[in-house]
Amino acid sequence: MSALAALIRRDVLVSLRVGGGALIGVLFFLSVVVLMPFAVGPDLALLKRIGPAILWLGAMLASLLTLDRLFAADHDDGSLDLIVMSRTPLELACIAKALAHWVASSIPLIAAAPALALMLNLDAAATIGVMLTLLAGTPALTLMGMIGAALAVTLRRGGLLLPVLVLPLSIPTLIFGVIAANAAASGQSPFGPPFSILCALSLFGLVVGPLAAAASLRQGLD
Amino acid sequence: MSLIDLANPSRFLKFAERVLPWLAAATAVLMLVGLQQVFAAPDDYQQGATVKIMFIHVPSAWLSMFVWGVMSLAALGTLVWRHPLADVSAKAAVPIGAAFTFIALVTGSLWGRPMWGTYWEWDARLTSVLILFLMYLGLMALWRAVDDPSRAARAAAIITLVGAINLPIIKFSVDWWNTLHQPASVLRIGGPTIHPSLLVPLLIMAVAFSLLFLTLHLAAMRNEILRRRVRTLRLLQASAARA
Amino acid sequence: MTLGQHATFIIAAYAIAATVVAGLIVWVVADYRRQRAILHDLEIAGMKRRSAPQASRS
Repeated sequence: MSALAALIRRDVLVSLRVGGGALIGVLFFLSVVVLMPFAVGPDLALLKRIGPAILWLGAMLASLLTLDRLFAADHDDGSLDLIVMSRTPLELACIAKALAHWVASSIPLIAAAPALALMLNLDAAATIGVMLTLLAGTPALTLMGMIGAALAVTLRRGGLLLPVLVLPLSIPTLIFGVIAANAAASGQSPFGPPFSILCALSLFGLVVGPLAAAASLRQGLD
Repeated sequence: MSLIDLANPSRFLKFAERVLPWLAAATAVLMLVGLQQVFAAPDDYQQGATVKIMFIHVPSAWLSMFVWGVMSLAALGTLVWRHPLADVSAKAAVPIGAAFTFIALVTGSLWGRPMWGTYWEWDARLTSVLILFLMYLGLMALWRAVDDPSRAARAAAIITLVGAINLPIIKFSVDWWNTLHQPASVLRIGGPTIHPSLLVPLLIMAVAFSLLFLTLHLAAMRNEILRRRVRTLRLLQASAARA
Repeated sequence: MTLGQHATFIIAAYAIAATVVAGLIVWVVADYRRQRAILHDLEIAGMKRRSAPQASRS
Protein backbone atom coordinates (compact mmCIF):
# COMPACT_ATOMS: atom_id res chain seq x y z
CA MET A 1 0.00 0.00 0.00
CA SER A 2 2.78 2.40 0.90
CA ALA A 3 4.38 1.73 -2.46
CA LEU A 4 1.19 2.83 -4.20
CA ALA A 5 0.90 5.92 -1.98
CA ALA A 6 4.49 6.80 -2.80
CA LEU A 7 3.78 6.31 -6.50
CA ILE A 8 0.74 8.61 -6.37
CA ARG A 9 2.66 11.24 -4.38
CA ARG A 10 5.58 11.15 -6.78
CA ASP A 11 3.42 11.34 -9.90
CA VAL A 12 1.40 14.27 -8.62
CA LEU A 13 4.54 16.15 -7.60
CA VAL A 14 6.30 15.46 -10.89
CA SER A 15 3.38 16.62 -12.99
CA LEU A 16 2.89 19.82 -10.97
CA ARG A 17 6.53 20.87 -11.02
CA VAL A 18 8.54 22.48 -13.78
CA GLY A 19 8.40 20.36 -16.93
CA GLY A 20 5.21 18.61 -15.86
CA GLY A 21 2.27 18.88 -18.23
CA ALA A 22 -0.63 19.30 -15.83
CA LEU A 23 -1.11 23.05 -16.17
CA ILE A 24 -0.72 22.93 -19.96
CA GLY A 25 -4.05 21.10 -19.97
CA VAL A 26 -5.80 23.97 -18.20
CA LEU A 27 -4.27 26.45 -20.61
CA PHE A 28 -5.48 24.37 -23.54
CA PHE A 29 -8.96 24.12 -21.99
CA LEU A 30 -9.01 27.90 -21.66
CA SER A 31 -7.91 28.36 -25.27
CA VAL A 32 -10.51 25.96 -26.68
CA VAL A 33 -13.34 27.61 -24.75
CA VAL A 34 -12.17 31.09 -25.73
CA LEU A 35 -12.08 30.01 -29.39
CA MET A 36 -15.72 28.89 -29.36
CA PRO A 37 -17.33 32.37 -29.32
CA PHE A 38 -15.16 33.29 -32.30
CA ALA A 39 -16.60 30.33 -34.17
CA VAL A 40 -20.28 30.67 -33.22
CA GLY A 41 -20.44 34.45 -32.64
CA PRO A 42 -20.73 36.47 -29.43
CA ASP A 43 -24.43 35.67 -28.99
CA LEU A 44 -24.83 35.25 -25.22
CA ALA A 45 -28.16 33.44 -25.49
CA LEU A 46 -26.68 30.86 -27.86
CA LEU A 47 -23.52 30.50 -25.74
CA LYS A 48 -25.67 29.96 -22.65
CA ARG A 49 -27.55 27.20 -24.44
CA ILE A 50 -24.51 25.34 -25.76
CA GLY A 51 -22.23 26.33 -22.84
CA PRO A 52 -22.29 22.96 -21.03
CA ALA A 53 -21.47 21.18 -24.30
CA ILE A 54 -18.57 23.56 -25.01
CA LEU A 55 -17.14 23.07 -21.54
CA TRP A 56 -17.44 19.31 -21.79
CA LEU A 57 -15.83 19.17 -25.23
CA GLY A 58 -13.01 21.44 -24.07
CA ALA A 59 -12.38 19.38 -20.95
CA MET A 60 -12.39 16.18 -22.97
CA LEU A 61 -9.85 17.49 -25.49
CA ALA A 62 -7.70 18.93 -22.70
CA SER A 63 -7.63 15.61 -20.86
CA LEU A 64 -6.70 13.91 -24.13
CA LEU A 65 -3.82 16.34 -24.64
CA THR A 66 -2.00 15.39 -21.44
CA LEU A 67 -2.82 11.70 -21.67
CA ASP A 68 0.38 10.52 -23.33
CA ARG A 69 2.25 11.88 -20.30
CA LEU A 70 0.69 9.12 -18.23
CA PHE A 71 3.37 6.54 -19.07
CA ALA A 72 5.75 8.25 -21.49
CA ALA A 73 8.00 9.96 -18.94
CA ASP A 74 8.27 6.79 -16.85
CA HIS A 75 9.06 4.82 -19.98
CA ASP A 76 11.82 7.24 -20.97
CA ASP A 77 13.63 7.18 -17.64
CA GLY A 78 13.16 3.45 -17.11
CA SER A 79 10.99 3.61 -14.01
CA LEU A 80 8.14 1.98 -15.91
CA ASP A 81 10.19 -1.22 -16.17
CA LEU A 82 10.69 -1.14 -12.41
CA ILE A 83 6.96 -0.69 -11.86
CA VAL A 84 6.19 -3.61 -14.17
CA MET A 85 8.76 -5.82 -12.40
CA SER A 86 7.82 -4.82 -8.86
CA ARG A 87 5.80 -7.06 -6.57
CA THR A 88 2.91 -4.63 -6.48
CA PRO A 89 0.24 -5.87 -8.90
CA LEU A 90 0.55 -3.91 -12.12
CA GLU A 91 -3.22 -3.33 -12.24
CA LEU A 92 -3.09 -1.56 -8.88
CA ALA A 93 -0.07 0.46 -9.99
CA CYS A 94 -2.05 1.49 -13.07
CA ILE A 95 -4.96 2.61 -10.89
CA ALA A 96 -2.52 4.60 -8.76
CA LYS A 97 -1.00 6.25 -11.81
CA ALA A 98 -4.43 7.05 -13.22
CA LEU A 99 -5.49 8.55 -9.89
CA ALA A 100 -2.39 10.70 -9.75
CA HIS A 101 -2.89 11.80 -13.34
CA TRP A 102 -6.53 12.62 -12.67
CA VAL A 103 -5.66 14.66 -9.57
CA ALA A 104 -2.95 16.57 -11.39
CA SER A 105 -4.72 17.21 -14.69
CA SER A 106 -8.51 16.87 -14.25
CA ILE A 107 -8.97 18.62 -10.88
CA PRO A 108 -7.44 21.83 -12.32
CA LEU A 109 -9.87 21.57 -15.24
CA ILE A 110 -12.82 21.29 -12.87
CA ALA A 111 -11.47 24.20 -10.84
CA ALA A 112 -11.14 26.32 -13.96
CA ALA A 113 -14.64 25.47 -15.17
CA PRO A 114 -16.56 28.11 -13.10
CA ALA A 115 -14.50 30.98 -14.51
CA LEU A 116 -15.09 29.77 -18.06
CA ALA A 117 -18.77 29.13 -17.30
CA LEU A 118 -19.06 32.80 -16.28
CA MET A 119 -17.70 33.85 -19.65
CA LEU A 120 -20.23 31.62 -21.40
CA ASN A 121 -23.08 33.24 -19.47
CA LEU A 122 -24.01 30.08 -17.54
CA ASP A 123 -26.01 30.56 -14.34
CA ALA A 124 -25.13 29.04 -10.98
CA ALA A 125 -27.18 25.87 -11.43
CA ALA A 126 -25.60 25.15 -14.80
CA THR A 127 -22.10 25.83 -13.47
CA ILE A 128 -22.58 23.45 -10.56
CA GLY A 129 -24.05 20.91 -12.97
CA VAL A 130 -21.03 21.11 -15.26
CA MET A 131 -18.61 20.83 -12.34
CA LEU A 132 -20.46 17.85 -10.85
CA THR A 133 -20.63 16.02 -14.17
CA LEU A 134 -16.96 16.74 -14.86
CA LEU A 135 -16.09 15.43 -11.41
CA ALA A 136 -18.03 12.24 -12.09
CA GLY A 137 -17.08 11.86 -15.74
CA THR A 138 -13.41 12.78 -16.08
CA PRO A 139 -12.26 9.62 -14.23
CA ALA A 140 -13.86 7.61 -17.05
CA LEU A 141 -11.94 9.68 -19.61
CA THR A 142 -8.64 9.18 -17.78
CA LEU A 143 -9.19 5.46 -17.18
CA MET A 144 -10.25 4.65 -20.75
CA GLY A 145 -7.53 6.91 -22.08
CA MET A 146 -4.99 5.02 -20.00
CA ILE A 147 -5.46 2.03 -22.31
CA GLY A 148 -4.43 4.14 -25.26
CA ALA A 149 -1.55 5.66 -23.31
CA ALA A 150 -0.27 2.20 -22.37
CA LEU A 151 -0.45 1.04 -25.98
CA ALA A 152 1.18 4.23 -27.23
CA VAL A 153 4.14 3.80 -24.92
CA THR A 154 4.80 0.25 -26.10
CA LEU A 155 4.66 1.19 -29.79
CA ARG A 156 7.31 3.35 -31.31
CA ARG A 157 5.01 5.64 -33.27
CA GLY A 158 2.14 5.31 -30.85
CA GLY A 159 1.73 8.94 -29.84
CA LEU A 160 -0.21 9.90 -32.95
CA LEU A 161 -2.47 6.89 -32.63
CA LEU A 162 -3.63 7.68 -29.13
CA PRO A 163 -6.44 10.17 -29.91
CA VAL A 164 -7.74 8.03 -32.78
CA LEU A 165 -8.01 4.98 -30.56
CA VAL A 166 -9.29 6.72 -27.44
CA LEU A 167 -11.89 9.16 -28.79
CA PRO A 168 -14.49 6.57 -29.94
CA LEU A 169 -14.30 4.95 -26.51
CA SER A 170 -15.01 8.31 -24.83
CA ILE A 171 -18.25 8.93 -26.73
CA PRO A 172 -20.56 7.46 -24.03
CA THR A 173 -18.94 9.63 -21.37
CA LEU A 174 -19.39 12.73 -23.50
CA ILE A 175 -23.01 11.88 -24.26
CA PHE A 176 -24.06 11.34 -20.66
CA GLY A 177 -21.89 14.14 -19.32
CA VAL A 178 -23.53 16.67 -21.61
CA ILE A 179 -27.04 15.26 -21.08
CA ALA A 180 -26.66 15.50 -17.29
CA ALA A 181 -25.08 18.96 -17.42
CA ASN A 182 -27.86 20.22 -19.69
CA ALA A 183 -30.45 18.70 -17.39
CA ALA A 184 -28.94 20.61 -14.48
CA ALA A 185 -28.85 23.78 -16.55
CA SER A 186 -32.37 23.72 -17.92
CA GLY A 187 -34.18 21.71 -15.26
CA GLN A 188 -36.45 20.31 -17.96
CA SER A 189 -35.27 16.71 -17.91
CA PRO A 190 -34.28 14.63 -14.88
CA PHE A 191 -30.66 14.94 -13.73
CA GLY A 192 -30.49 11.67 -11.79
CA PRO A 193 -30.51 8.94 -14.47
CA PRO A 194 -27.85 10.34 -16.82
CA PHE A 195 -25.70 11.31 -13.84
CA SER A 196 -25.95 7.80 -12.40
CA ILE A 197 -24.96 6.34 -15.76
CA LEU A 198 -22.03 8.76 -15.88
CA CYS A 199 -20.86 7.46 -12.49
CA ALA A 200 -21.39 3.91 -13.73
CA LEU A 201 -19.18 4.65 -16.76
CA SER A 202 -16.41 5.81 -14.44
CA LEU A 203 -16.73 2.65 -12.33
CA PHE A 204 -16.73 0.58 -15.51
CA GLY A 205 -13.57 2.37 -16.59
CA LEU A 206 -12.06 1.57 -13.22
CA VAL A 207 -12.42 -2.13 -14.05
CA VAL A 208 -11.58 -2.21 -17.76
CA GLY A 209 -8.95 0.54 -17.91
CA PRO A 210 -6.37 -0.81 -15.46
CA LEU A 211 -6.86 -4.41 -16.66
CA ALA A 212 -6.33 -3.53 -20.31
CA ALA A 213 -3.53 -1.05 -19.61
CA ALA A 214 -1.67 -3.56 -17.44
CA ALA A 215 -2.16 -6.24 -20.09
CA SER A 216 -0.78 -4.05 -22.84
CA LEU A 217 2.19 -2.99 -20.70
CA ARG A 218 2.99 -6.63 -19.95
CA GLN A 219 2.51 -7.71 -23.55
CA GLY A 220 4.37 -4.79 -25.03
CA LEU A 221 7.39 -4.32 -22.83
CA ASP A 222 8.86 -7.81 -22.96
CA MET B 1 -7.22 -33.69 -41.70
CA SER B 2 -8.42 -32.73 -38.27
CA LEU B 3 -9.08 -29.23 -37.03
CA ILE B 4 -5.93 -29.11 -34.94
CA ASP B 5 -3.77 -29.63 -38.03
CA LEU B 6 -5.05 -26.36 -39.43
CA ALA B 7 -3.29 -24.53 -36.61
CA ASN B 8 -0.07 -25.13 -38.50
CA PRO B 9 0.40 -22.30 -41.03
CA SER B 10 1.75 -24.55 -43.79
CA ARG B 11 -1.14 -26.98 -43.50
CA PHE B 12 -3.52 -24.05 -43.30
CA LEU B 13 -2.04 -22.71 -46.51
CA LYS B 14 -2.62 -26.03 -48.27
CA PHE B 15 -6.14 -26.22 -46.90
CA ALA B 16 -6.87 -22.66 -48.05
CA GLU B 17 -5.56 -23.34 -51.55
CA ARG B 18 -7.85 -26.36 -51.85
CA VAL B 19 -10.98 -24.83 -50.34
CA LEU B 20 -10.86 -21.33 -51.82
CA PRO B 21 -12.04 -22.11 -55.40
CA TRP B 22 -15.06 -24.02 -54.08
CA LEU B 23 -15.88 -21.31 -51.58
CA ALA B 24 -15.60 -18.62 -54.22
CA ALA B 25 -17.85 -20.58 -56.57
CA ALA B 26 -20.45 -21.15 -53.84
CA THR B 27 -20.38 -17.43 -53.01
CA ALA B 28 -20.88 -16.45 -56.63
CA VAL B 29 -23.77 -18.87 -57.13
CA LEU B 30 -25.53 -17.85 -53.94
CA MET B 31 -24.99 -14.18 -54.67
CA LEU B 32 -26.55 -14.58 -58.13
CA VAL B 33 -29.52 -16.52 -56.73
CA GLY B 34 -29.94 -13.88 -54.03
CA LEU B 35 -29.84 -11.00 -56.50
CA GLN B 36 -32.34 -12.77 -58.74
CA GLN B 37 -34.64 -13.23 -55.73
CA VAL B 38 -34.16 -9.62 -54.72
CA PHE B 39 -35.22 -8.27 -58.06
CA ALA B 40 -38.11 -10.71 -58.27
CA ALA B 41 -39.33 -9.62 -54.83
CA PRO B 42 -42.31 -7.26 -54.67
CA ASP B 43 -41.88 -3.63 -53.67
CA ASP B 44 -42.71 -2.57 -50.16
CA TYR B 45 -46.13 -0.88 -50.06
CA GLN B 46 -44.71 1.99 -48.01
CA GLN B 47 -41.17 2.42 -49.29
CA GLY B 48 -41.65 1.31 -52.88
CA ALA B 49 -38.60 0.14 -54.77
CA THR B 50 -36.13 1.70 -52.33
CA VAL B 51 -36.61 -1.37 -50.15
CA LYS B 52 -34.21 -3.06 -52.58
CA ILE B 53 -31.39 -1.18 -50.87
CA MET B 54 -32.20 -3.11 -47.70
CA PHE B 55 -30.93 -6.34 -49.27
CA ILE B 56 -27.36 -5.06 -49.33
CA HIS B 57 -27.61 -2.65 -46.41
CA VAL B 58 -28.77 -5.09 -43.75
CA PRO B 59 -26.30 -7.92 -44.58
CA SER B 60 -23.40 -5.43 -44.63
CA ALA B 61 -24.46 -3.93 -41.31
CA TRP B 62 -24.78 -7.41 -39.88
CA LEU B 63 -21.32 -8.37 -41.17
CA SER B 64 -19.79 -5.16 -39.80
CA MET B 65 -20.59 -6.43 -36.30
CA PHE B 66 -19.92 -10.08 -37.06
CA VAL B 67 -16.39 -9.29 -38.30
CA TRP B 68 -15.63 -7.48 -35.05
CA GLY B 69 -16.78 -10.65 -33.28
CA VAL B 70 -14.41 -12.75 -35.41
CA MET B 71 -11.58 -10.35 -34.59
CA SER B 72 -12.39 -10.57 -30.88
CA LEU B 73 -12.11 -14.37 -31.00
CA ALA B 74 -8.82 -14.02 -32.86
CA ALA B 75 -7.70 -11.48 -30.24
CA LEU B 76 -8.32 -14.06 -27.51
CA GLY B 77 -6.23 -16.50 -29.53
CA THR B 78 -3.46 -13.93 -29.74
CA LEU B 79 -3.44 -12.99 -26.07
CA VAL B 80 -4.17 -16.35 -24.46
CA TRP B 81 -2.40 -18.84 -26.74
CA ARG B 82 -0.13 -16.45 -28.62
CA HIS B 83 -1.01 -18.29 -31.75
CA PRO B 84 0.46 -16.80 -34.96
CA LEU B 85 -2.56 -17.90 -36.99
CA ALA B 86 -4.80 -15.85 -34.70
CA ASP B 87 -2.66 -12.78 -35.44
CA VAL B 88 -3.00 -13.49 -39.14
CA SER B 89 -6.76 -13.93 -38.87
CA ALA B 90 -7.20 -10.69 -36.91
CA LYS B 91 -5.10 -8.68 -39.33
CA ALA B 92 -6.78 -10.08 -42.43
CA ALA B 93 -10.26 -9.32 -41.10
CA VAL B 94 -9.76 -5.58 -40.42
CA PRO B 95 -9.87 -4.13 -43.96
CA ILE B 96 -12.71 -6.46 -44.94
CA GLY B 97 -14.74 -5.44 -41.89
CA ALA B 98 -14.05 -1.80 -42.57
CA ALA B 99 -15.19 -2.24 -46.19
CA PHE B 100 -18.49 -3.84 -45.17
CA THR B 101 -19.06 -1.12 -42.57
CA PHE B 102 -18.44 1.44 -45.29
CA ILE B 103 -20.99 -0.27 -47.55
CA ALA B 104 -23.51 -0.28 -44.70
CA LEU B 105 -22.96 3.44 -44.11
CA VAL B 106 -23.15 4.49 -47.75
CA THR B 107 -26.20 2.38 -48.58
CA GLY B 108 -27.88 3.56 -45.38
CA SER B 109 -27.24 7.13 -46.41
CA LEU B 110 -28.52 6.50 -49.94
CA TRP B 111 -31.60 4.83 -48.48
CA GLY B 112 -32.12 7.75 -46.14
CA ARG B 113 -32.18 10.36 -48.92
CA PRO B 114 -35.53 9.27 -50.41
CA MET B 115 -36.97 8.18 -47.04
CA TRP B 116 -35.88 10.98 -44.71
CA GLY B 117 -35.13 13.67 -47.26
CA THR B 118 -31.48 13.99 -46.19
CA TYR B 119 -28.39 11.95 -46.88
CA TRP B 120 -27.41 11.92 -43.26
CA GLU B 121 -29.78 11.65 -40.37
CA TRP B 122 -28.25 11.34 -36.89
CA ASP B 123 -30.26 8.19 -36.53
CA ALA B 124 -29.18 5.95 -33.67
CA ARG B 125 -28.29 2.98 -35.86
CA LEU B 126 -26.44 4.96 -38.50
CA THR B 127 -24.50 6.82 -35.80
CA SER B 128 -23.49 3.61 -34.05
CA VAL B 129 -22.29 2.15 -37.34
CA LEU B 130 -20.34 5.36 -37.97
CA ILE B 131 -18.56 4.98 -34.62
CA LEU B 132 -17.86 1.34 -35.46
CA PHE B 133 -16.35 2.52 -38.75
CA LEU B 134 -14.12 4.98 -36.87
CA MET B 135 -12.95 2.14 -34.64
CA TYR B 136 -12.13 -0.01 -37.68
CA LEU B 137 -10.11 2.86 -39.12
CA GLY B 138 -8.26 3.31 -35.83
CA LEU B 139 -7.44 -0.38 -35.82
CA MET B 140 -6.17 -0.18 -39.39
CA ALA B 141 -3.99 2.77 -38.40
CA LEU B 142 -2.64 0.73 -35.49
CA TRP B 143 -1.74 -2.20 -37.76
CA ARG B 144 0.01 0.12 -40.16
CA ALA B 145 1.94 2.03 -37.50
CA VAL B 146 3.89 -0.94 -36.13
CA ASP B 147 6.38 -2.88 -38.19
CA ASP B 148 6.84 -5.88 -35.88
CA PRO B 149 3.82 -8.07 -36.68
CA SER B 150 3.55 -9.94 -33.38
CA ARG B 151 3.83 -6.72 -31.36
CA ALA B 152 1.19 -5.09 -33.55
CA ALA B 153 -1.02 -8.15 -33.13
CA ARG B 154 -0.94 -7.92 -29.33
CA ALA B 155 -1.66 -4.20 -29.30
CA ALA B 156 -4.48 -4.64 -31.81
CA ALA B 157 -5.88 -7.56 -29.81
CA ILE B 158 -6.21 -5.42 -26.68
CA ILE B 159 -7.94 -2.60 -28.57
CA THR B 160 -10.22 -5.13 -30.30
CA LEU B 161 -11.33 -6.63 -26.99
CA VAL B 162 -11.78 -3.25 -25.32
CA GLY B 163 -13.81 -2.21 -28.36
CA ALA B 164 -15.93 -5.36 -28.17
CA ILE B 165 -16.75 -4.63 -24.51
CA ASN B 166 -17.49 -0.99 -25.30
CA LEU B 167 -19.62 -1.46 -28.42
CA PRO B 168 -22.83 -2.35 -26.52
CA ILE B 169 -22.28 0.63 -24.22
CA ILE B 170 -21.75 2.95 -27.19
CA LYS B 171 -24.89 1.57 -28.85
CA PHE B 172 -26.87 2.10 -25.64
CA SER B 173 -25.67 5.65 -25.11
CA VAL B 174 -26.25 6.62 -28.73
CA ASP B 175 -29.82 5.28 -28.45
CA TRP B 176 -30.38 7.34 -25.30
CA TRP B 177 -28.85 10.45 -26.88
CA ASN B 178 -30.93 9.97 -30.00
CA THR B 179 -34.30 9.61 -28.27
CA LEU B 180 -33.52 12.77 -26.33
CA HIS B 181 -32.67 14.83 -29.37
CA GLN B 182 -35.15 13.83 -32.03
CA PRO B 183 -38.46 12.04 -32.42
CA ALA B 184 -38.41 8.38 -33.33
CA SER B 185 -37.40 8.00 -36.94
CA VAL B 186 -39.95 7.37 -39.66
CA LEU B 187 -38.30 4.20 -40.70
CA ARG B 188 -37.64 1.12 -38.63
CA ILE B 189 -34.96 -0.52 -40.72
CA GLY B 190 -35.54 -4.25 -41.03
CA GLY B 191 -38.01 -4.38 -38.16
CA PRO B 192 -39.53 -7.66 -37.02
CA THR B 193 -42.70 -7.05 -39.04
CA ILE B 194 -41.01 -7.85 -42.32
CA HIS B 195 -43.06 -9.71 -44.88
CA PRO B 196 -41.92 -13.25 -45.87
CA SER B 197 -41.69 -12.27 -49.54
CA LEU B 198 -38.94 -9.85 -48.51
CA LEU B 199 -37.49 -11.99 -45.73
CA VAL B 200 -36.46 -14.93 -47.93
CA PRO B 201 -34.29 -12.86 -50.33
CA LEU B 202 -32.86 -11.02 -47.33
CA LEU B 203 -31.81 -14.26 -45.68
CA ILE B 204 -30.28 -15.56 -48.92
CA MET B 205 -28.35 -12.31 -49.30
CA ALA B 206 -27.21 -12.49 -45.67
CA VAL B 207 -25.83 -16.00 -46.22
CA ALA B 208 -24.24 -14.93 -49.51
CA PHE B 209 -22.54 -11.96 -47.85
CA SER B 210 -21.30 -14.18 -45.02
CA LEU B 211 -19.83 -16.60 -47.57
CA LEU B 212 -18.25 -13.63 -49.34
CA PHE B 213 -16.62 -12.58 -46.09
CA LEU B 214 -15.45 -16.13 -45.43
CA THR B 215 -13.87 -16.35 -48.89
CA LEU B 216 -12.19 -12.97 -48.69
CA HIS B 217 -11.00 -13.61 -45.15
CA LEU B 218 -9.51 -16.97 -46.04
CA ALA B 219 -7.79 -15.48 -49.08
CA ALA B 220 -6.48 -12.51 -47.10
CA MET B 221 -5.20 -14.86 -44.37
CA ARG B 222 -3.37 -16.84 -47.04
CA ASN B 223 -1.81 -13.64 -48.35
CA GLU B 224 -0.82 -12.63 -44.85
CA ILE B 225 0.93 -15.96 -44.22
CA LEU B 226 2.82 -15.53 -47.49
CA ARG B 227 3.72 -11.96 -46.51
CA ARG B 228 5.19 -13.23 -43.25
CA ARG B 229 7.23 -15.83 -45.13
CA VAL B 230 8.56 -13.10 -47.37
CA ARG B 231 9.45 -11.09 -44.29
CA THR B 232 11.24 -14.03 -42.68
CA LEU B 233 13.17 -14.78 -45.85
CA ARG B 234 14.16 -11.14 -46.27
CA LEU B 235 15.42 -11.01 -42.69
CA LEU B 236 17.41 -14.20 -43.35
CA GLN B 237 18.76 -12.74 -46.56
CA ALA B 238 19.81 -9.58 -44.78
CA SER B 239 21.57 -11.47 -42.01
CA ALA B 240 23.25 -13.75 -44.58
CA ALA B 241 24.48 -10.73 -46.54
CA ARG B 242 25.95 -9.23 -43.40
CA ALA B 243 27.74 -12.40 -42.35
CA MET C 1 -39.43 -4.51 -63.39
CA THR C 2 -39.34 -0.82 -62.56
CA LEU C 3 -37.32 0.86 -59.88
CA GLY C 4 -39.71 3.77 -59.45
CA GLN C 5 -38.84 7.38 -58.94
CA HIS C 6 -35.83 6.63 -56.72
CA ALA C 7 -34.01 4.46 -59.25
CA THR C 8 -30.87 6.63 -59.02
CA PHE C 9 -30.43 5.90 -55.34
CA ILE C 10 -31.00 2.18 -55.72
CA ILE C 11 -28.57 1.91 -58.63
CA ALA C 12 -26.02 4.06 -56.80
CA ALA C 13 -26.27 1.88 -53.70
CA TYR C 14 -25.75 -1.31 -55.69
CA ALA C 15 -22.99 0.25 -57.76
CA ILE C 16 -21.04 1.42 -54.71
CA ALA C 17 -21.45 -1.92 -52.96
CA ALA C 18 -20.28 -3.72 -56.10
CA THR C 19 -17.30 -1.38 -56.46
CA VAL C 20 -16.19 -1.89 -52.87
CA VAL C 21 -16.52 -5.66 -53.12
CA ALA C 22 -14.69 -5.67 -56.46
CA GLY C 23 -11.98 -3.56 -54.85
CA LEU C 24 -11.60 -6.12 -52.07
CA ILE C 25 -11.37 -8.97 -54.58
CA VAL C 26 -8.80 -7.13 -56.71
CA TRP C 27 -6.78 -6.30 -53.59
CA VAL C 28 -6.80 -9.92 -52.40
CA VAL C 29 -5.84 -11.34 -55.81
CA ALA C 30 -3.17 -8.73 -56.57
CA ASP C 31 -1.67 -9.12 -53.11
CA TYR C 32 -1.53 -12.89 -53.58
CA ARG C 33 0.22 -12.58 -56.95
CA ARG C 34 2.73 -10.09 -55.55
CA GLN C 35 3.64 -12.18 -52.52
CA ARG C 36 3.95 -15.29 -54.70
CA ALA C 37 6.24 -13.43 -57.11
CA ILE C 38 8.45 -12.12 -54.32
CA LEU C 39 8.66 -15.59 -52.76
CA HIS C 40 9.58 -17.01 -56.15
CA ASP C 41 12.36 -14.45 -56.59
CA LEU C 42 13.68 -15.12 -53.10
CA GLU C 43 13.74 -18.85 -53.76
CA ILE C 44 15.67 -18.29 -56.99
CA ALA C 45 18.10 -16.22 -54.95
CA GLY C 46 18.64 -19.36 -52.90
CA MET C 47 16.78 -18.46 -49.76
CA LYS C 48 15.17 -21.39 -47.94
CA ARG C 49 13.26 -21.28 -44.74
CA ARG C 50 15.08 -23.04 -41.93
CA SER C 51 11.99 -24.83 -40.64
CA ALA C 52 9.46 -25.18 -43.38
CA PRO C 53 6.19 -25.07 -41.43
CA GLN C 54 6.97 -22.28 -38.96
CA ALA C 55 6.47 -19.47 -41.44
CA SER C 56 5.34 -16.80 -39.07
CA ARG C 57 8.43 -16.89 -36.92
CA SER C 58 9.87 -13.45 -37.18
